[in-house]
Amino acid sequence: MIEKLPILSLLIWLPVFGALLVLFGPGQKHRNISQWLSLLIAGATFLLSAWAVTAFDSSRYFLQFVEDTPWIESLNIRYSLGVDGFSLPLIVLTSLMTLIVVIASWNNVKMRSSHYLAGFLIMCGLMNGVFAATDSILFYVFWEAMLVPMFLIIGIWGGANRIYATLKFFIYTFFGSVFLLIALIYLGRQADSFDIFAMHQLVLPDLEVQKLLFFAFLISFAVKVPMWPVHTWLPDAHVEAPTGGSVILAAIMLKMGTYGFVRFMLPIVPDASMAMADVIIVLSLIAVVYIGFVALAQKDMKKLIAYSSIAHMGFVTLGLFISFSLVSGKHIDAAIMGIQGALVQMISHGFISGALFLCIGVLYDRMHSRDISDYGGVVNTMPKFAMFFMLFAMANAGLPGTSGFVGEFLVIIASLQVNFWIAALAGTTLIFAAAYTLWMFKRVMFGDVANEKVASLQDLRSREYIVMIVLAVMVLGFGFYPAPMLELMQPSVEHLIDCNLVSKLSPEGMCS
Amino acid sequence: MTDSMNLAFITSEIFLLVAICVIMIVDLYQRDKERMLTFALTQITLLVLFIIDFNQLSQERVIAFSGHWVNDHLSGILKLSIYAISFIALFYARPFISHRNLMRGEYYMLTLFSILGMMVMVSANSFLTVYLGLELLSLSLYALVALQRDSKLASESAVKYFVMGGLASGFLLYGISLIYGASGSLIITEVANHYQETPFGLIGKFGLVFIVIGLAFKFGAVPFHMWLPDIYHGSPSSITAFIASVPKVAAFGMTVRLLVEAFGQSVSEWSTMLLIVALLSVAFGNVIAVSQSNLKRLLAYSAIAHIGYFLLGIVPGTAASYSAAMYYIIVYALMTLAGFGIVIFMSSENHEYQKITDLRGLGRYHPWYGLMFSIVMVSLAGIPPFIGFWPKLEIFRHLVINGYVLEAVIAIAFSVVGLFYYLKVIKEMFFAESADSPAITSSRSLKIAVSVNCILLVIFGLMPDNIYQYCLQAFQIAG
Repeated sequence: MIEKLPILSLLIWLPVFGALLVLFGPGQKHRNISQWLSLLIAGATFLLSAWAVTAFDSSRYFLQFVEDTPWIESLNIRYSLGVDGFSLPLIVLTSLMTLIVVIASWNNVKMRSSHYLAGFLIMCGLMNGVFAATDSILFYVFWEAMLVPMFLIIGIWGGANRIYATLKFFIYTFFGSVFLLIALIYLGRQADSFDIFAMHQLVLPDLEVQKLLFFAFLISFAVKVPMWPVHTWLPDAHVEAPTGGSVILAAIMLKMGTYGFVRFMLPIVPDASMAMADVIIVLSLIAVVYIGFVALAQKDMKKLIAYSSIAHMGFVTLGLFISFSLVSGKHIDAAIMGIQGALVQMISHGFISGALFLCIGVLYDRMHSRDISDYGGVVNTMPKFAMFFMLFAMANAGLPGTSGFVGEFLVIIASLQVNFWIAALAGTTLIFAAAYTLWMFKRVMFGDVANEKVASLQDLRSREYIVMIVLAVMVLGFGFYPAPMLELMQPSVEHLIDCNLVSKLSPEGMCS
Repeated sequence: MTDSMNLAFITSEIFLLVAICVIMIVDLYQRDKERMLTFALTQITLLVLFIIDFNQLSQERVIAFSGHWVNDHLSGILKLSIYAISFIALFYARPFISHRNLMRGEYYMLTLFSILGMMVMVSANSFLTVYLGLELLSLSLYALVALQRDSKLASESAVKYFVMGGLASGFLLYGISLIYGASGSLIITEVANHYQETPFGLIGKFGLVFIVIGLAFKFGAVPFHMWLPDIYHGSPSSITAFIASVPKVAAFGMTVRLLVEAFGQSVSEWSTMLLIVALLSVAFGNVIAVSQSNLKRLLAYSAIAHIGYFLLGIVPGTAASYSAAMYYIIVYALMTLAGFGIVIFMSSENHEYQKITDLRGLGRYHPWYGLMFSIVMVSLAGIPPFIGFWPKLEIFRHLVINGYVLEAVIAIAFSVVGLFYYLKVIKEMFFAESADSPAITSSRSLKIAVSVNCILLVIFGLMPDNIYQYCLQAFQIAG
């Protein structure tokens, strides 16, 4: 019977309707009930997504768990869902991180906690919708709708400068996505359908048109990733967002940009992408190197991790676009490696950045400060916390044995096949990341106890333990044994390279 | 099918006129200060009208009264939306006017007269009938605005409205007279036939320019927009809610009759003019709205921007794009009604909450209404899945299909500017610190009306087909 369930619809609507229940059900007075209810809903969602992984046939690239019903008939827009090797891991990541955020904000958020939790549940459903939608307008609806709860979460529960940050966040990303809408409308007209996979089959003989579409996609996805130079909203949003907001922002929302690259840009306009690949590679390297320097100079812990996120996402875009020169140079294996590296980096960065923001949240809850200079010698009072923080800091620096290493390694190996200097510049991230993360770690954790506040710190509570252990297991697990994740993605990546990166200028050579 | 003097084709108009007379007499003998009976009869009249016209909806196109009158899908559907939106608007008005010594029978009478004018407008098949309907509508609206005669602001805007409206009517009439001179007929179908055979002369072009100016004036599109914010600001809020929503729907009908049906063969003659007006409206409306601190003025400038988007739907000149524009204007009427509904809702007996900062703390102390009002704002901004998104999508789709890609990009870029000031309102409701809660003194019926209006925005947003199907039918496009 369980095979018959519309699993993707459940993954979207269970959290959304659950959130309505949390919102209007127990109310503010019964905080416990709404917390347990949210935990139940988030847990159920995560279990569903985990079950979807076990039921997923990872030997095929086809869409699975497909649902397809007409939605708006006069516009030919369909409610169609489906997942493949690209989207399923991201759905699991979304559900897991939401569960973690619900646990982590237990008793932490004092003001209107049921609204806070409901916001995250709604966002979880909408983000699952972004990854599961196979109709482009449906995708766009989820993509935009998701901004609203995040806007409210940063604006209501954020820090001192939250209004500026949240408006900047919303307007920046909305500005990007309106161009996406125009591109989708144009493609929908050409393909006579809004189905994403019909768009993949589209022949676009005019390179100029492809380039215009490319830029429309680029603006919208690059803002989301975010790539240099449209990254400035991210540090502001991260610094002002509450801990949970930062975690979801870093762990999942940034991945939507690179998911958009994989789902829309590379398959639909491969010729323009190939023509512009060098530009993207340069932008990615700027993100890796320049933003690495910027991160080094930060005084605020959250800002530091935010900049480190931008640098790490530069790796993802590098891995995706390096594949073009590899495919044209017939290094198919290396191209697969590059794209796989990018995808692994997306997932692993989700865990690591989420974990780091949670660590900072743990400190912030106790000290109400994010300034590095306010800390020092925390290891003396919080030894267990120091251990976890150390692990995540090392993972952020790309230490072998952690998941952070796998993705970066694959991307560097792939780019080595193209050009030594690209690989060399990309490789500097290992130094930079080690420098800024570990230097921060040193200043915060080691040394003498800096002040009385630090001296009176309490070590991790049990719910914080749970969260840290789960994330540590994920980071180490995928670091030592990344094979399951790679296998899950393999057929989809191969299909992308065999069928989708071929020229769309003429019908020749396209897979049917 | 042509039938000269068959009164059956104007059943609903006759019914409304009779109902107005009956209500007038009933109202004379009413002692009830709250005018409950007048209100009930008015609403029942609208319901009956809705039922009458709904049953006639599937009829084929009929031209009657020597070609001056037309009944078709378009007029039927426009009339239905006029009734429905007026129905909600009157619910909004009741508590508001009873607090302000405006609770008089005239309020309902004038509203019904303006509805009659709108019905004539959308069913007109000759320039004369259009003008007749337009004047009936406009005169009732001038009087409505002036109803609050002890308020300086309202009297001032009534005079402004009257002068500006007179000017616009003058432009329109002048254009019509030129077209009459050039083509020799006032019947719209005959004018269309005339221009099918003979090319556009100088006089015809001249006339067309004046007609477009007259329409732009009535819509309040840039550069003929100066009157609109002042009138919206100065009128009593419940009347603003009415004049900002329902007449726009009728004005769409007038536009279709005057431009599309009369000059449908020469779209290129007027579409460039409309394009310029539309893009200017989108740009000006959105940019100026950013600096507004009064909610009514903000909504007025946002109205200018929305009219720009709506006119962009008429520009491509295909039947499908007209139905998109129709969809836009109906949805817009519903949204803006909810927007002014907020203003009415927040107003208490002796105080008008109009500043955006007056909404401070609403999200905190009254989360339900905070949520409802956020839905209105997000919907006006065009964020999916709320209803405001779908007509925008359709407008942009038809622009792109017909090769106006650059124009679509410009318009959509300005919608980002638009997003900013809608978010500003949400910001005040949810983010700004406020010591005390804004008082909500509204009656229960108003609370229900606002909630229903806002929830409709969500429901239609999730099932946008429900309205759009009818718009497609109106232009004979199989849905």
